[in-house]
Amino acid sequence: MNRLARMAVARRNPGRWHWTDIAAYAYLALGVVLMFGPVLWLGLSSFKTQAGLLEFPPSLLPMSQKEVRVEGHAQPLPLFEVAMEDGSKRVLAQVRRVGIQAQMVDPANPGQSIRVPIDKRTPVREFKLATENYTEPLERFAFMRFLWNSVFVTAVATLITLVINSMAAYALSIYEFRGKTAVMLMVIGTLMIPITIILVPVYLVITKLGLVNSLWAVILPGAATPTGVFLLRQYMLTLPRDLIEAARMDKASEWQIYWRIVMPLAMPALAVLAIFSIMWRWNEFLWPLAVLTKTEAYTLQIGLNAFQGELQTQWHYLLAMTVVTLLPVALVFVFLQRFITTGIANTGMK
Amino acid sequence: MASDAPIPAASSDRAGTASLFAAPLALLMRLIDWPMQVLQRLIGERRMAYVFLLPNLVFFSLFVFLPLVINFIFSVTGGAGLFPSERPYVGAQQYAYLFDCGSFLDASSCREDHFWRGVANTARFTVFQVTAMVLFSLLTAVVLNMKIKARGFFRAVYFFPVLLSPVVVALTWKWILQRDGLLNAAITSLGGERILFLVDPSWAMFWIVFVSIWAHMGFYTLILLAGLQAIPADLYEAAEMDATPRWRVFWRITLPLLWPNMIVVIVLALIRGVQTFDEVFVLTGGGPGTATLMVVHYIYETAFANQVQNFGLAAAASVVLGVVLFALTLAQLAASRRKGAA
Repeated sequence: MNRLARMAVARRNPGRWHWTDIAAYAYLALGVVLMFGPVLWLGLSSFKTQAGLLEFPPSLLPMSQKEVRVEGHAQPLPLFEVAMEDGSKRVLAQVRRVGIQAQMVDPANPGQSIRVPIDKRTPVREFKLATENYTEPLERFAFMRFLWNSVFVTAVATLITLVINSMAAYALSIYEFRGKTAVMLMVIGTLMIPITIILVPVYLVITKLGLVNSLWAVILPGAATPTGVFLLRQYMLTLPRDLIEAARMDKASEWQIYWRIVMPLAMPALAVLAIFSIMWRWNEFLWPLAVLTKTEAYTLQIGLNAFQGELQTQWHYLLAMTVVTLLPVALVFVFLQRFITTGIANTGMK
Repeated sequence: MASDAPIPAASSDRAGTASLFAAPLALLMRLIDWPMQVLQRLIGERRMAYVFLLPNLVFFSLFVFLPLVINFIFSVTGGAGLFPSERPYVGAQQYAYLFDCGSFLDASSCREDHFWRGVANTARFTVFQVTAMVLFSLLTAVVLNMKIKARGFFRAVYFFPVLLSPVVVALTWKWILQRDGLLNAAITSLGGERILFLVDPSWAMFWIVFVSIWAHMGFYTLILLAGLQAIPADLYEAAEMDATPRWRVFWRITLPLLWPNMIVVIVLALIRGVQTFDEVFVLTGGGPGTATLMVVHYIYETAFANQVQNFGLAAAASVVLGVVLFALTLAQLAASRRKGAA
């Protein structure tokens, strides 16, 4: 606690290096390794071949055995460095293995065959990205389908969320009407009810609507978010009231005021909500897991989870697909980090 | 909850974003305008508020309020049917079944032993996770609040896992923790023995706590950092003039002024901790055995994943969970009210 205290006030002492500054930078450096390391390792591993992934201890970079084309052989041959009997070292290509002997050939002199004991050779390795980890799942599995489903759910749900939540926020910020307090209380009440405690009845409602295994089953239940209504209402309250009165004088309809005046002005708040909605929807797990049982309807997250059950030994595909799933969020983060962090700091929502 | 704090205005690219959103919708909105004008003439300007509220209220009633009522109906009815009309009334039988225990301290003496294992695991998980989460978030926020270089970068480093999906987080760590994974490679290179992290019950619990802290710490750190930055600098200057010892400044100034934020963080972490499911489900599947089975996992399995779907029992369990969450939310409201007063 003492250390903590020193850290807390070290900034009050600028210009001099205090030991707490060093401790702080050490902590931050450790943080960089611990937070970035796992994701970096995932990225590096996703470019390794299946054989490369089975190595223990694992190599840091994706390496694979170098291969050469040798005259007279249809397939490329793997290269080895061989310790010869006379103590010299030569780089040879292996034609085949017979028991503990390997039949090798010098790529420069393909006519002559050389026999070597297998323990005298070590593979020649080179840095190589196994991009087939990324391309093959696209052909073999319904991966593109999952990707499309996720994109569709995220885009449509975000659009619906923005429109209906901004409409509600508009009503709650611009008008005085009977039952306004009741509506506000209802919205607050909804904040307390996560999907985890109404899983079964929402499933019933979706079944009644005939939407099981349809993407609408994922899109609709979360479309009206109380956090979204709050965020937008809070922002709309700050808009100048005169502007709306002036528009009414000019005989603009209420819908036109909402659409032409309030919405463009509320764009910063709408952008924050859009970013949040995209993240929520792209990452959503429990509800789609419960309501989607047919493979064709899986979103990326559910598909990935199903794969990890089926592809227990096929980590090379699984890792590549994990990276693809992570990529959109990573891009959003890189470009909109400031929006997201200030949004969270201001609203306390995730 | 949202405060009056300004939302960052993207004034430079506002026009760009606006046209991006508006373009596909403009036509639709113009089409809606005409019936809306007719409606406005019929009911008057004031009552248009209800029209604007309608879509949201339909969604809320259909997917929140109605389900809340149905949940109670489910929990007091039996049978295998999904529709309430097919389900006979059984009174408190589902609850009696859930709470039928020889001893509440021993899950295996219970009729629904998985539920009680879930309760015990969730309680253990939440206590460890929230304690460690609050301590590390506080430490990180304090360090990030110091006069350090590249603060934005370091803040981003701690924050970015918050955005990753639970499946991605779980698979990333599963890959590191597996038998031939990076961590075991490090252990064996230091001369240790391989550890089967996700096969050993104690290690599995440790790692789900660790991974969930890794994934969510950045969120709580941000809240605490915002709190730290709101503490007036002249308080520290006054303390410095009086040559107050640093630990005392921390105890007497930093901590008391940060306390409202701390309470918000603790309660939010508790609310989320009790509902833990996603990462654990993908990382351990509740295993080994039932060592990391959580309450929400039990509800999901009982209602959807088991051979015999028991909606009534799942609903009763979610009502119990709902009561716990309600109590925690009341605590949060009380805390945020105190925050408003401070």
